[in-house]
Amino acid sequence: MIEFRDVTKRFDDGTTAVNGLDLVVEAGTITVFVGPSGCGKTTSLRMVNRMIDPSSGTVLVDGNDVLGVDPPTLRRGIGYVIQQAGLFPHRTVLDNVATVPLLIGWTRRKARQRAAELLELVGLPAELGHRYPVQLSGGQQQRVGVARALAADPPVLLMDEPFSAVDPVVREGLQDELLRLQAELDKTIVFVTHDIDEAIRIGDKVAVMRTGGFLAQYSPPAELLTRPADDFVASFVGKDRGYRSLSFVDSSGVEVAEVPTVVEGVAVESSSDWRLVVDAEKRPQGWVAPDASVLPGGSLYEVGASIRGALDAALSSPSGLGVAVHDDGRLAGVVTARQVLDVIESRRG
Amino acid sequence: MIFADAVAWLLDPVNWSGGKSIPVRVGIHLLYCLGAVLGAALIAVPLGLYVGHTGRGGVVLVGGSNALRALPTLGLVTFLYLVAGGGTAGVLIGLIVLAVPPILAGTYAGIQDVDRGVVDAASGMGMTGAQRLWRVEVPNALPLLVGGLRNAMLQVVATASVAAYVGIETLGRPLLDGLRVLDYGQFVGGAILIALLAVVLDVVLAGVGRLVVPAGLRLAAKARRAGSGKARSSGAQSRRRGEPAPVESGGSTA
Repeated sequence: MIEFRDVTKRFDDGTTAVNGLDLVVEAGTITVFVGPSGCGKTTSLRMVNRMIDPSSGTVLVDGNDVLGVDPPTLRRGIGYVIQQAGLFPHRTVLDNVATVPLLIGWTRRKARQRAAELLELVGLPAELGHRYPVQLSGGQQQRVGVARALAADPPVLLMDEPFSAVDPVVREGLQDELLRLQAELDKTIVFVTHDIDEAIRIGDKVAVMRTGGFLAQYSPPAELLTRPADDFVASFVGKDRGYRSLSFVDSSGVEVAEVPTVVEGVAVESSSDWRLVVDAEKRPQGWVAPDASVLPGGSLYEVGASIRGALDAALSSPSGLGVAVHDDGRLAGVVTARQVLDVIESRRG
Repeated sequence: MIFADAVAWLLDPVNWSGGKSIPVRVGIHLLYCLGAVLGAALIAVPLGLYVGHTGRGGVVLVGGSNALRALPTLGLVTFLYLVAGGGTAGVLIGLIVLAVPPILAGTYAGIQDVDRGVVDAASGMGMTGAQRLWRVEVPNALPLLVGGLRNAMLQVVATASVAAYVGIETLGRPLLDGLRVLDYGQFVGGAILIALLAVVLDVVLAGVGRLVVPAGLRLAAKARRAGSGKARSSGAQSRRRGEPAPVESGGSTA
């Protein structure tokens, strides 16, 4: 657990980066600090491992005032991941990951062995261990950065805009990877980003901060979307928040109906119904319209996943029928947008 | 023909034996150069590391080292010769003064140029100041540091000739003697020897650089040159990295 108690940071030039911050980061959760530039989110994060010391107030990690521990000792017990990874260009990937274990006195052999395990954990092939950072893609470097931070198995992980320098597709992969790792490792993670969508996607709780170092709202992401504390939070969260908040509602209440299907490659004739094309394993492939023309399908959603996916599946389908699949990709049934909206309405009431 | 005369002078057996022969002068010239660069490195490298690592005194350092550059070496050598009453010390000090600025600049710039993210990560993972300096900053500064040494060596090799003015048998001797008696063969021959020595020493230092600069940095430099963020293989390097800027006043002795 990390606790900020009335923490203020004023820099020598007179700017106040953080203003009376009171906040508790629960153990085993991902807490995201998000806000525009100059809101003090990075400063707040850096006060946890004493890269910056507060002007007043107290930062506690597991109940201990961080000012009572000398910085190198404190930092070796806290994982640290930064933008563009900050890998050591003169060391191999394996030796980069082994940095903290070596600092705390492990033998080289044991540290390298641990480093190799971690590469596997973050989904990198073992042979990458002998390469140098410059030989990796941005996404791979960032994975190495995460592995390096996890090397000595610290309970706390600080991540300062770790994924902001990679392209959106890679970023989404890294976010999924982080969530998968977190499910496995159960760390206390403080994650800084300026991207509200990233915050909502990965945060168990999100702290929205405002220029001048004020905490505007601290709540679970669903609440941020449905009940923003003020106009600043509402505008920072952005457009479509009603729709986006559906990501946090599960679709289990939406009953799926059966749908006529045709198997791929079989000749069809016109009919009064839309028919779903499936392959031999019953995986949806597209639609056959009543006039027998073949159309690509809309988005699919997994049964029980978010209701946003269900609604989108219905809205994006050429037949108006959203296709639900099981987790192995087989057809489960179809839903209409009306059904989904009825469920949303009833949940509200 | 001046060049024919120079070749004749270089090949004349008379010039290859005795106390004032070419090998002896090359040896003395070399000793002064190595001594000066070593002495300068002992002063400039620790100073550059300190200023680069702490970030304190950067302005003083740049100003001071530019002021040193402005000192006329011949004047300084003559002055020190008169003050010290002859001998090698004056010459050596003059050459050290000449060699300090490029080494200082290379060391300081090398440390300063280390990626801020890399330095931040080093501290953030719990390295002490000394660990950060020796394990991260120095290895990453080596390309520029070696470049500074090469710059210094080129300047010193050219300038060690001035030692001949105060009676020391460096390769400046044939230049002075040749000029005095209008023996251009001897003059050009001496100049060729100095140039050859400079090239050989530079090649040797470049080789040292390739030995000490970590492989990851050579790959990074290669990737930068190729204009992409990614290097494809870890194969042998065909070119050197960290080439020092051309010496703008390498031959100046005044």
